Amino acid sequence: FYLTPPQVNSILKANEYSFKVPEFDGKNVSSVLGFDSNQLPANAPIEDRRSAATCLQTRGMLLGVFDGHAGCACAQAVSERLFYYIAVSLLPHETLLEIENAVESGRALLPILQWHKHPNDYFSKEASKLYFNSLRTYWQELIDLNSGETTDVKEALINAFKRLDNDISLEAQVGDPNSFLNYLVLRVAFSGATACVAHVDGVDLHIANTGDSRAMLGVQEEDGSWSAVNLSYDHNAQNGSEVERVKMEHPKSEEKSLVKQDRLLGLLMPFRAFGDVKFKWSIELQKRVVESGPDQLNDNEYTKFIPPNYHTPPYLTAEPEVIHHKLRPQDKFLVLATDGLWETMHRQDVARIVGEYLTGVHHQQPIAVGGYKVTLGQMHGLLTERRARISSVFEDQNAATHLIRHAVGNNEFGTVDHERLSKMLSLPEELARMYRDDITIIVVQFNSHVIGACQNEE
Amino acid sequence: AAAMFLRLLSDVRWQAANPKWRRMPCSRRSTSSTAEPHPVSLPAQAQVVICGGGIMGTSVAYHLSKMGWKDIVLLEQGRLAAGTTRFCAGIVSTARHVSLELKMADYSNKLYQQLEQETGVNTGYTKTGSISLAQTQDRLISLKRIASSLSVMGIPCEIITPKQVAQLHPLINIHDLVGAMYVPEDALVTSANVSLALATAASRNGVQIHERTSVSHVLVQKGHVTGVETDRGQIQCQYFVNCAGQWAYELGHSGEEPVNIPLHACEHFYLLTHPLKEPLASNLPTIVDPDGRIYIRNWQGGILSGGFEKNPKPLFTEGRNQLEIQNLQEDWDHFEPLLSALLRRMPDLEALQIMQLVNCPESFTPDMRCIMGESPTVRGYFVLAGMNSAGISYGGGAGKYLAEWMVNGYPSENVWPLDLKRFGTLQSSRTFLRHRVMEVMPLMYDLKVPRWDFQTGRQLRTSPLYDRLDAQGARWMEKHGFERVKYFVPPGKDLLDLDQSKTFYKPDWFDIVGSEVKCCKEAVCVIDMSSFTKFEISSTGDQALESLQYLFSNDLDVPVGHVVHTGMLNEQGGYENDCSIARLSKRSFFMISPTDQQVHCWAWLKNRLPDDSNLTMEDVTWKYTALNLIGPRAVDVLSELSYAPITPEHFPSLFCKEMSVGYANGIRVMSITHTGEPGFMLYIPIEYALHVYNEVMNMGQKYGIRNAGYYALRSLRIEKFFAFWGQDLDAFTTPMECGREFQVKLEKGMQFVGQEALLEQKQNGVYKRFTMFILEDHDTDMDLWPWWGEPIFRNGRYVGKTTSSAYSYTLERHVCLGFVQHFDEKTGEELVVTTDFINQGEYEIDIAGQRFQAKAKLYPFSSLFTHRRRKDEVELSGYQRE
Repeated sequence: FYLTPPQVNSILKANEYSFKVPEFDGKNVSSVLGFDSNQLPANAPIEDRRSAATCLQTRGMLLGVFDGHAGCACAQAVSERLFYYIAVSLLPHETLLEIENAVESGRALLPILQWHKHPNDYFSKEASKLYFNSLRTYWQELIDLNSGETTDVKEALINAFKRLDNDISLEAQVGDPNSFLNYLVLRVAFSGATACVAHVDGVDLHIANTGDSRAMLGVQEEDGSWSAVNLSYDHNAQNGSEVERVKMEHPKSEEKSLVKQDRLLGLLMPFRAFGDVKFKWSIELQKRVVESGPDQLNDNEYTKFIPPNYHTPPYLTAEPEVIHHKLRPQDKFLVLATDGLWETMHRQDVARIVGEYLTGVHHQQPIAVGGYKVTLGQMHGLLTERRARISSVFEDQNAATHLIRHAVGNNEFGTVDHERLSKMLSLPEELARMYRDDITIIVVQFNSHVIGACQNEE
Repeated sequence: AAAMFLRLLSDVRWQAANPKWRRMPCSRRSTSSTAEPHPVSLPAQAQVVICGGGIMGTSVAYHLSKMGWKDIVLLEQGRLAAGTTRFCAGIVSTARHVSLELKMADYSNKLYQQLEQETGVNTGYTKTGSISLAQTQDRLISLKRIASSLSVMGIPCEIITPKQVAQLHPLINIHDLVGAMYVPEDALVTSANVSLALATAASRNGVQIHERTSVSHVLVQKGHVTGVETDRGQIQCQYFVNCAGQWAYELGHSGEEPVNIPLHACEHFYLLTHPLKEPLASNLPTIVDPDGRIYIRNWQGGILSGGFEKNPKPLFTEGRNQLEIQNLQEDWDHFEPLLSALLRRMPDLEALQIMQLVNCPESFTPDMRCIMGESPTVRGYFVLAGMNSAGISYGGGAGKYLAEWMVNGYPSENVWPLDLKRFGTLQSSRTFLRHRVMEVMPLMYDLKVPRWDFQTGRQLRTSPLYDRLDAQGARWMEKHGFERVKYFVPPGKDLLDLDQSKTFYKPDWFDIVGSEVKCCKEAVCVIDMSSFTKFEISSTGDQALESLQYLFSNDLDVPVGHVVHTGMLNEQGGYENDCSIARLSKRSFFMISPTDQQVHCWAWLKNRLPDDSNLTMEDVTWKYTALNLIGPRAVDVLSELSYAPITPEHFPSLFCKEMSVGYANGIRVMSITHTGEPGFMLYIPIEYALHVYNEVMNMGQKYGIRNAGYYALRSLRIEKFFAFWGQDLDAFTTPMECGREFQVKLEKGMQFVGQEALLEQKQNGVYKRFTMFILEDHDTDMDLWPWWGEPIFRNGRYVGKTTSSAYSYTLERHVCLGFVQHFDEKTGEELVVTTDFINQGEYEIDIAGQRFQAKAKLYPFSSLFTHRRRKDEVELSGYQRE
């Protein structure tokens, strides 16, 4: 049983979304040209989420990918809420006051974010009031705290991440009289999500990362070739300093049980995450909340289960690591993707594939035999491979889709193999997760002209 | 690679033999000495200046000097044989579709074979033979057609099995082959050296050769070449020959009087490899695999392989100097399909090491045939270019024909298919050329089935009725840029099926055309024939009549309102044109010629009409829409629309009247149909075209009128034994040879061009005779259809070729028209063809190697048409007189 190429395409393209930053008077004054995003589910339903929005009361654009685990509730909540927390953290005091006054007097609120959403990227209507109240409490505190200093983006990002995770935790502890909402906030808190968020404002690019999604910059070298620059560190067992951090935060006695089989407490792959209160709350708190919670929660073996060697919570934090990068004209694009992509592709290949896609096939380096010893057979193999690459580029109008095609369909030679692609996409739901993870990708394309001009001004 | 070619050049030892033309040291280092002063200054004048030192220029110089012309200067902008000639693959192949091209290639092969002996220059001539492979049955049919042509020309050739292919060539994978054609005498040459050898011989005969001299433009006065302007000064000359290859177009346009040479360059790639472990023998046959789009020849123990890809890369569209030939890049990605085809054909080559991918631009023409002849606008300006990548194969023969043309005024063969004058200004748009050559280059190896049409550069010239006809299901073909209807697809027919009608067998339009023919025979049809070339010639006094009487072979001094069929003959009595001329008034004539005569006929008459301001000739082709009303009810339709009596008494055959049709006045109505059927041609001022068409269709409804196309016309005219110029008639055919003596005023005691030749023929008899053949044992449904160019056999011996063919729906048989010759059985000498000789033979027509019995006839079947009215018999009976 094979999928035909059109069937393959309709699967690959089902979730693709593109946004082009509008131009004014033929000029795009943003350092971002636009972005392509897409996701391919392996779990049913998919546990990954993505978000993109333009900040309306400050400058800049926010983009993020969120990889949920133990369900999608937490990732969904973070994808809806995190950018508001960031935007609010960045707002100057006067704007915060203005907003608070508007809410207070029932006037129309200044819009804070303009979302760029795929139709499938939904917002939960029921929880919006609850979420809004939490957010309002946050900005009221910010108003009270008025430090008078200009907001530092890095600090804002860290505060926003931590505050949202805190609110998720509190909402679950407090509960809600509405039983649906009550169950929802518990599901959000007991599931988890990593987040990798980019904030782009002119030449200033900030990446805030929590967990094992990754941000990568695509750089075009002077000879036209492509290289990758990491703009985030994975928070998992492969990251030595992250393992060190966890060990530092807990008594020596737990050293051996902290990380087992490359997992936190032998259970969790990412070392930082939103939600996951099972790794954050005390055992007593967990038991109390579960027991007083709805039946569904009580019947769930997972929520009742306490991690082994659970002595000194919290073991997990949502605090992000933030990297600041000054964009240069040779920085052509940024890839944000969940670990589903990175476990199948090396970043160098990602940089090359996206780079060649964005610049168009005609920039594919021509082959010259020169003085090399090449046989007809070798040349033929090389040319066939190049042709396959070109033909797959022509099928896609979206860089993220193009990357997914490679991630799923690449054979051992690094070219898209339709047969393999077809097999991978036609796996039954229960098998799919064994062969691949959810993949979510955002490819942000930068405007080198604007970046060059900004550089000259500085 | 440059070093490689220099090595080839350094093998040449022509310098010593050539005192006038050289002064370059023998060492190869000399090639870098571009600053070297020119040794010999240019002459101030010469009879002929040839521009271009490639295979074409040197071949023309060689042949001109052989024919006794000595005062010749050949100018080359760079080095001799340094352009396309140097880079081309050096394959001499006679396997050609067009018999004229086949003859040129055959002559070239024989010329090159003895060239080394003649000149002492090592031309690298090696007789390897060539094998053309067929992957499909259709391809094999195509090869068999060529094989039939080659055989009757005396060129050895054989259709062989895949197994035999394997025996002839050790590397070929034969599993996907159905057969092949083997031509054992095809050869390989070092093309640059062939060119140098020709130059050496020409130089010995007195031709002056100057390298590094470029022609900036040609000087013209009063429509004649007077000289050339070069970067080293002027040369006065009477003749100029443009052999500038891919630069010929630009050179043609560089002067004040532009000469249109429609050609365009495309990049062409071939691969060179290092030798095989066991180097390939130098006499290993060349392989042509047209279905794989590639050719493969042995080259210095390795191979040279190139091809004609589906997606060619045209270049130099905007002119030269934007990119130098030397800087053209190898493009491996572009070559990939051809490399795949090569490895599929010869899998053992996988391990063979690449030496180089050569990018060698070739020039292509709008109809895939080369361009030769004199400019229609500038006398003395000759052209030989646009070889469509077969320059080496054609070089010898083409140079010979052009030299003959210049020295004798005409070449020894009918070269109309290659004549520059088949093109006009309409084919010289750069956009048109760019698009068309992108279609032509892949076509080199595409299967050529009967009646294929070009797809690019279409809808350029159209009738005002184009949209109306198109909406009614018209399917179009193109002639001289003009869209003409082939047939009309009836509503409800599956259109996809019809577009795939490309076959050597019975096409799927068979029944459609059949019903159009039936309607022409029984009711009335209308065919838009606006593409015909139309001239008006008039004068204040008798100048028009007097001049035309001399230039045309039939008597034009007829009463006003009469139409005369007449030939426009050359001195040898051959048809330069075949036309109908209506006498509009005492002093003005309306002349109808075939569509592709627009340039040729104009030039012919312009050059021969007296220079008299009181005599005017105007091309009115664009002013008139021509509708052909064919069929027994045409007369009814016309009389109802005009309220004029059109009975045979008032409107006899071959008559012309201006009358009103519907509301429109001034329609020229002629009682001819070009088919032998009853009916009328309506020449309608274009603004009335739609009105008249609508009126005719409305009025015709009750008589069963319908649209018809040229395929129906073809069937009608061929079954009536009507010859068409350009297909059956050419400059080497006289009225005597096609039973048209009655169209010649030999008895009237008037001087006219060609008279002497005709008188001689009348006295001594003719050496070929236009004959009609009815295929006897041919199964229309199952057998291959004839096209044209099929050999004719009489009593088992070859006597000539067909020129056109069609299925006659009346006879329910195929009819072929063609010429029968009489070769002496022992000497092969041409003998007079008598009526008895024609009538007393058993005939066969060879279609792709299969022979079908045919009945020969010198007159049409009058019995078929007994129900025709008298006026038609006048038109017909004319053709029956001998």
